[in-house]
Amino acid sequence: MALAQARVSMPAEARRGEILEIKALIRHPMETGYRVDSRGQPIPRHIVRRFAVAYDGEEVFRMDMTQGVAANPFIAFSTVATRTGELVFTWEDDRGEVVTVRKSLTVTE
Amino acid sequence: MIAGRVLILAALFISAGVQAEPLPSGTSFLSEELKARQADEAANPGMLWVDEGARLWATPQGAAGKACASCHGADAASMRGVATRYPAVDAESGDLLNLEGRINLCRTRHQEVEPYAYETDQLLGLTAFVARQSLGMPVQVETGGTAAPFYAAGEAFFHRRQGQLNLSCAQCHDDNAGRSLRGDTISHGLGNGYPAYRLEWQSVGSLQRRLRSCSYGVRAVQFDYGSPDYLALELYLAKRAEGVAIETPAIRR
Repeated sequence: MALAQARVSMPAEARRGEILEIKALIRHPMETGYRVDSRGQPIPRHIVRRFAVAYDGEEVFRMDMTQGVAANPFIAFSTVATRTGELVFTWEDDRGEVVTVRKSLTVTE
Repeated sequence: MIAGRVLILAALFISAGVQAEPLPSGTSFLSEELKARQADEAANPGMLWVDEGARLWATPQGAAGKACASCHGADAASMRGVATRYPAVDAESGDLLNLEGRINLCRTRHQEVEPYAYETDQLLGLTAFVARQSLGMPVQVETGGTAAPFYAAGEAFFHRRQGQLNLSCAQCHDDNAGRSLRGDTISHGLGNGYPAYRLEWQSVGSLQRRLRSCSYGVRAVQFDYGSPDYLALELYLAKRAEGVAIETPAIRR
């Protein structure tokens, strides 16, 4: 499901100073590493460790995740519209896989 | 005596003339938070599978080199309302097909490619994507004609006691719907939200997977995915859901 792994929802335009609600959803098993399979063999841990968002190059949100987070993590947060630029959403998991989503934001006065 | 007869006659007219209210969807038993999450496309995790289905819809496959979009159109508008009519009898083969079965038949018949296995992300994705086109439309299946024997079999299944607990579907989903069972609420057993994102699975799953869970719950035989027994039951459940809106991908506990 590589091409359709993540969904990010946010407005494409905002006025300067406006508070933006941003929602991010990613498909991921978030396997805890505490479970065993049907043969009793441990299932290796496989979770998204870090989610980070850069707004025009500046980090505005970061979340370190642990095994307590359910599969297909959904994260909603807010930030303030300051300038026109690109928001880069990055998920990084235990196997070093990185998923990146880019969204442009146009800020008006 | 005469007054009594008049009353009985009046009661008959009322029951024949007035359409019964549709049963409440399984969504009505969710918390407000889960209802909101289901309704929000940006937050509903089932939409990840719908995205996958949209991708597959446009991807040419098989010896014929066709995508779903090659026949049905790129924007899938041709699929609007389709999910409300399934399960349905395939005129060519006479088999009862659910949406999964129809998609797989399209694969073998038109795309000339292997059918997807049940519960693969591909089949769940395409099914959810197609059903999503009927969002908000009421379920309305054909139960007469060639569908009649399948419907009768499904109805019989629903009322047959099964398994170690010796329970029929009806004993929970008719007699005790809305009441509690092990910290959860028993729904009316409608399939209008499937394929659905079930929190217990942490994934999207088909109605057949849910039926297998029910069979397991009453310690009865779990039929194979796509078995005639579950297909007939799906048709009966769809009839029960008549007038209830399609909510795919719904969130269920």
